[in-house]
Amino acid sequence: MKHLVILGAGTAGTMMANHLSHHLKRPEWRISIIDEKTEHHYQPGYLFLPFDIYEPEDIVKSIDEFIPKAVDLVQGAIDKVVPSENKVLMHDGSVLVYDVLIVATGAKTAPEEIEGMKGSEWYKSVFDFYTFEGSLSLRNKLRDWKGGKLVVHITEMPIKCPVAPLEFAFLADSYFKHKHMRDKVDITYVTPLSGAFTKPKATEALEHLLHEKNINIESDFAIEHVDNEKKEIVDYGGRAIPFDILVTVPTNKGDEVIARSGMGDDLNYVPTHKATLQSKEYANVFVLGDASNIPASKAGSVAHFEAEILTDNILRFVKGEPLKDEFDGHANCFIETGNGKALLIDFNYTHEPVEGTFPFPGVGPLRLLKESRMNHMGKLAFRWIYWNVLLKGTHIPFVSASMSEAGKKYN
Amino acid sequence: MEKTIAGKSIAVNEEGYLTDFKQWDKSVGEALAAEAEINLTPRHWDVLTYLQTEHKNEVPLSIRKIGKSGVVDIKEFYQLFPKAPLKTATKIAGIPKPASCI
Repeated sequence: MKHLVILGAGTAGTMMANHLSHHLKRPEWRISIIDEKTEHHYQPGYLFLPFDIYEPEDIVKSIDEFIPKAVDLVQGAIDKVVPSENKVLMHDGSVLVYDVLIVATGAKTAPEEIEGMKGSEWYKSVFDFYTFEGSLSLRNKLRDWKGGKLVVHITEMPIKCPVAPLEFAFLADSYFKHKHMRDKVDITYVTPLSGAFTKPKATEALEHLLHEKNINIESDFAIEHVDNEKKEIVDYGGRAIPFDILVTVPTNKGDEVIARSGMGDDLNYVPTHKATLQSKEYANVFVLGDASNIPASKAGSVAHFEAEILTDNILRFVKGEPLKDEFDGHANCFIETGNGKALLIDFNYTHEPVEGTFPFPGVGPLRLLKESRMNHMGKLAFRWIYWNVLLKGTHIPFVSASMSEAGKKYN
Repeated sequence: MEKTIAGKSIAVNEEGYLTDFKQWDKSVGEALAAEAEINLTPRHWDVLTYLQTEHKNEVPLSIRKIGKSGVVDIKEFYQLFPKAPLKTATKIAGIPKPASCI
C-alpha cells in the first residue's frame, strides 16, 4: 500500500486531506495527516476578537471534526523530515515512510526576532493579534483603556494576510467611535512598505480611507528595536514612534520543523515552484499554504485555490503524468473597513486588485475595491463558509481557482 | 520614458529606476547618487556591487538578506543610504526596485 503524508492539519492540510480522500483510496493508498495540536482555529477571527465582535468559541473547533474518516489523524510532534529517505521522524521515536509528502506546516509569528519586542511590556502594552493569546489579551486591554497613542505596526514582509493590519486600524477607528472616545485615541499605522499596501491601485484606495478615518501613516519604517522604558519603536535610521499601546505584527516565519529538516530558506519557507506547487528540491514533495516561498499572499483563500490545482497535480504525479503549471497566485480577500462596511480585492501574480464587480461581471453583488455593506456581509458569511464548505474541500460556486479578468476595470 | 543621466539618454520607469541595466555604468551610478544627495565612497560601492550580483543571480532582495550578507549590516546600510536604503541603493545600482512581497 502506498502512503501519502500531510504535515499540518490547518486550513491547507485539512483541505488537501478532504480533496484527496475522494481519489486516493484503500487498498492502494493510505493517507495520514500529522498535527500536534488538537484545536483548529479560524485564524481570520483573531482580527475580530479584540473588538468583542467574535467570542473565542466562534473561532475554535476540534481538529478531528474536519478530517475525513478514511484519513489517519496522527496527533503528535514532528521531530524532522528526512526527504532524501522519504521519512518523517516523530518526537516519540516513531517513523512514517511516505511515497508522497505534502508540507502544510504554515507560518507563525516570531517576536523574538526584534530586540525588546517580547520584553517587559509584552502583553501589557505591546500586543500581537496573530495568535489567540495575543488577540485575547488585547481585547482585555482595550475593554477598559482610557485612550492615548495606538500604534499599529508591521515588522517586515511577508506576513500572513497582509491586509489584516490595515483592517485592524479601520476596526479600531470604528470601535473607539462607538465607545465615544475616538477623540481620545490617536491611531498611527506604521509599515516597512512605501505605502499602505503592496499593489499601487489598492494602495491609493486604502490610503484615501486611512486619511478619511484620521489615521496617520508612517511608511518605510524598518524597525530595529522596541524601547520598553520609553515606550517607543525605533527604526534603523533612528526614527522613533511613541506608543501607549503597540499592536505589532511580528516577523512571520515558517515552522521550525522546516529548519530542522534543512528544507527551508532564511525564513523557513520551502522553495516551491510557483505554478505547480512541487518542491524545487524533491519531486515527491509538494507544498501549499503559508509554508511555501511562492510570491502569493499567505492567506486561506490562496490555499483554497492552490488545493484545487494541487489535487490535480498529485493525481497526475502518482500516475506518472506531467504536472499542470496552472497556479496563477489567485487571492481573494475581504478588507473590513469598519462601521459595517468592507472592501473586496481579487488579484494574482500578474494582475493587481482593481475596481469592478464580483463574482458576476457587471452584476456583482460584491464590489471590488469599493466600500460596501454587502462586502461586509460577505466577510461575516465567510466564517460559516470556512467551517462548512472550505475546509471540506467543496468547490465554492462561481469562484474559480484561476482568477477571472471579466468585470474588472484594467487600464 | 527617457531621461538624461550623466550626459546620456537612459530608459527609466515612472519612478526613475533604470529599465535596462546594460545602460548603467559608474558615471550613471554617480549621477543618480548625486540626485539622492549621496556622495559615493568605497563602502557604498561594495554594497552596490553586491546588490548587482544578487540581482544578476535572481536572488530576491530584502533588508533582512542584506543584513545577513556579511557585506554590510543593516545599521551601516542605513548610514550609507539614509531613509529608505533598499529603494535608494537599487536605484543607484541600476536594478529594479525590489518587489516588496505581497
